[in-house]
Amino acid sequence: MSAITEADIESRIGVRCYEEEGEFPVERGYIWTSCASVENGNPLFWDDEVAEAVTGGPIAPPTMISVWFRPHHWAPGRTTQALPLQVHFDLKEGLGLPEAIMSENTIVFHEPVRPGDRLTTCQVLRSVSGPKTTKLGTGRFWVIDVEYRNQHGDLVGVESYTGFGYRRPEADGGAAGDGVPARAEMAGGAR
Amino acid sequence: MSATAPAPPRLLGDVRAGDHLSELAVDVTATTVVLGSLATRDWRPMHHDRDFAQQRNGVRDIFLNTPNQAAWFERFVTDWTGPLGRLGRMTFTMKGSIFPGDTMVFRGDVVDVATDDAGCGWVTLEVTLSVDGDLKTGCRVRVAVPATPDDNPWERRGDRWQP
Repeated sequence: MSAITEADIESRIGVRCYEEEGEFPVERGYIWTSCASVENGNPLFWDDEVAEAVTGGPIAPPTMISVWFRPHHWAPGRTTQALPLQVHFDLKEGLGLPEAIMSENTIVFHEPVRPGDRLTTCQVLRSVSGPKTTKLGTGRFWVIDVEYRNQHGDLVGVESYTGFGYRRPEADGGAAGDGVPARAEMAGGAR
Repeated sequence: MSATAPAPPRLLGDVRAGDHLSELAVDVTATTVVLGSLATRDWRPMHHDRDFAQQRNGVRDIFLNTPNQAAWFERFVTDWTGPLGRLGRMTFTMKGSIFPGDTMVFRGDVVDVATDDAGCGWVTLEVTLSVDGDLKTGCRVRVAVPATPDDNPWERRGDRWQP
């Protein structure tokens, strides 16, 4: 992508883009792998009788919502690696900011996600700040919403990401600290 | 959690602002980080390649990704609510990274207890993830719990579910 102008940014605010369907249906193998990774013993995910009684059948942990949209690392015929949260990477590249971190993330959960669901998503750029300097470097904050729906059109969740794209200081020898900006910098820069 | 708090399933009437959740401590290894990244289909190298993390991100090691931290917070909260607890909203504030060798400690406090117009019982929690006393991630959680013994938040749809 070529450089992004301020007018380009303005024209993108609030516009739904990158509408796409997940590369595979929601499946239980990943649900169990996710639960295992955090030692989550909630019987909703392990005991079908409990799931039937409480949620009308198996569901996925709500916080897995973004998992279903991360593309395969490789797929036949694909020449470039697809990137999730493409708007974030568009901004990094278009604004010439080689590094980025996510500083805040809100997830709102709606209808449960169930094995077999085919989910679709779209991204909406909500805001881009002016230049800000944090201990990581100088860059810009942005807020991106990701909406998720199931095959029935039901909203299953909305994620809102605050990202900080930045360029490290020239003299920085790699001591960028803990990898995130200070709270005050973030709160002042993101909205 | 106070010593007198009942075991899950937890009802709205069991919960008071100021209640504490039981602390959870987890020793983080490289496996914790890599397993969490793969479980969330996050193939980015800073979550499995120490050289990349050090040279490109300027941090000391690979670090836990955000989606896996969300899964840890969910586990911490639903351990407390029981399976009838239904997450409505989570907001994360990242202040520092979690590395192999760290012991991450989750703590949670009840800051609000309320019932909405649809009769849904809501608990608001402030949950922290700290290492050696330093806050690494804060998480404000809005979770629905049964308002009565025969209430099930998971059965709420449409206007009856206001997360």
